[in-house]
Amino acid sequence: MSDSQPELDIRWPIGLLFAAMGVLVATYGALVSGDAHLRPLGTNLNLWWGLVMVLFGVGMILSAYRASRKQ
Amino acid sequence: MQLYWIDYLIIALYCAFVLGVGFTLKKYMRTSLDFFLSGRRIAAWVTGLAFISANLGALEVMGMAASGAKYGMLTSHFYWVGAIPAMIFVALFMMPFYYGSRVRSVPEYLRLRFDEKTRAFNALTFAVMTVLASGINLYAMAIVLKLMLGWSLHATILLAASVVLIYTFLGGLTSSIYNEVLQFFLIVLGLLPLALLGIVEAGGWEGLAARLPEGFLQTWRNLGDATANPMGVEWFGVVAGLGFVLSFGYWCTDFLVVQRALAARDMAAAQKTPLIAALPKMFIPFLVIVPGIIAWTLLPREQFLVEGKVVHNLALPLLLSHYYPPGMLGVGITALLASFMSGMAGNVTAFNTVWTYDIYQSYLRRHAPDSHYLAMGRIATVSGVVLSIGAAYLALQFSNIMDYLQLIFSFVNAPLLATFLLGMFWKRATAHGAFWGLASGTAAAALHYITTQRGWVEYASEMAANFHGAIYAWTTCFVLTILISLVTRPRPDVELVGLVYSLTEKPSYRRLPWLDRPATLAVLVAVLVIALNWIYR
Repeated sequence: MSDSQPELDIRWPIGLLFAAMGVLVATYGALVSGDAHLRPLGTNLNLWWGLVMVLFGVGMILSAYRASRKQ
Repeated sequence: MQLYWIDYLIIALYCAFVLGVGFTLKKYMRTSLDFFLSGRRIAAWVTGLAFISANLGALEVMGMAASGAKYGMLTSHFYWVGAIPAMIFVALFMMPFYYGSRVRSVPEYLRLRFDEKTRAFNALTFAVMTVLASGINLYAMAIVLKLMLGWSLHATILLAASVVLIYTFLGGLTSSIYNEVLQFFLIVLGLLPLALLGIVEAGGWEGLAARLPEGFLQTWRNLGDATANPMGVEWFGVVAGLGFVLSFGYWCTDFLVVQRALAARDMAAAQKTPLIAALPKMFIPFLVIVPGIIAWTLLPREQFLVEGKVVHNLALPLLLSHYYPPGMLGVGITALLASFMSGMAGNVTAFNTVWTYDIYQSYLRRHAPDSHYLAMGRIATVSGVVLSIGAAYLALQFSNIMDYLQLIFSFVNAPLLATFLLGMFWKRATAHGAFWGLASGTAAAALHYITTQRGWVEYASEMAANFHGAIYAWTTCFVLTILISLVTRPRPDVELVGLVYSLTEKPSYRRLPWLDRPATLAVLVAVLVIALNWIYR
């Protein structure tokens, strides 16, 4: 039993979706954050959580990429 | 609450991905087994996440947040007494029969172990139940989006149903499983900031406790007496009704979840599916129940009012609009949308499998080529979605959706659990015993429901009535199956090999390193869940 998927490796769509969403949200947070409403409890939520999502997405993509190289 | 272009962009991105996955998977759907059981080649971590995700539909997410607001940490019993022990049991003791006997569905196991009539009974009730559940999901989604964003009920129902239809039609179970995994991560990453921000604003866990009535954050302390807690339940109802009958009934016999494990690539992966699922599952209360409590504590009470009545189901949407700026709001709404849609897709893919294998192939057209059944599966997918839309419009009756779902389970799954336990662990159980036991157990549940509705029997809450109804249904089925089995002729042992515990060789994992064995994982899960019960006692 190999560790890779015989068809579409699910890590690709997960990784790509979260990376794309993260980039969108983080960029939006970096550009638009003046209003207090945009900063719950004083944090720039969009920027920081966007970056968390980018990290997660990139991790998934790397893991899928490594699995596809092994095949 | 108002959405901005960035939010719509994120929602559109998600929909595009979901449809893209469906189109990519289409070319792999060559046989009916590919379509209904993903060709049995999915890795354990994927089936495991799909296993909880299929259940982490909108009903769960919104309903658990609502129950958190209403009942507090008591709601965690649905996880820490309910789901997790049942998941350990199904993994260790039942999966060897489900996966080992190579059945393609739960009703099919009933036919092998007992006979046609039990299978037909289960297949039909299950088909009705999945369509109802899928309809409730759809309806709840439309209501929520109307309340939050002012979207039209009819447009939301049609749009969501179309997206689900397209991706399940193209990619079958694989599509459904992939989207469930995607949804799992969306729910976690989309809702986690709510819990984090809420806890910070409340001043930590102690700060939260200080603002709440005594015992609101405890799970066991007030269970001595049904009048001592807001749920109106006592420890026996929780342990026997929820923990044993309802949860084991759902997690061990409901084909919706079992189907995910059947798609695993080998026995070890099938057994590990519920255990891998149990690890994140036990922390879901912090993601859904705690935000419900936070919303109830921090937000002004009038925000929960709709036409003068408190609507606890608003807890999660209110918190989303309280904390999330445009951007993250899009992510949060997408997580909810995803959970609504995959909750529906899970039911549709279970429905089309049971319909095609257990009803159509068994009773309507027996010996057709495989391509015929694949086509039938696609037709059943379309019909399932259409019926769900119908059911969505029927779902108006009950105040709390979770109670409603428990009610359906108490009709279908509670007596079925007794049938399975006796079927798998008592070789003397006979086909007639199983059928009449199951039929009368279901009748007992219905009868109990009528007596409580008419007010002949009274409980402290609807929830307590459901727990006790499940206990009656299970006991009726259990006792009658034993009695009737004892006076009817059993099947010879040779016919039951692979179907009954005492006659089946246990799977051996000596070849696997001990860390990879299902039993090791089961011990880890058990220790963690006991710890959680202890910490939040």
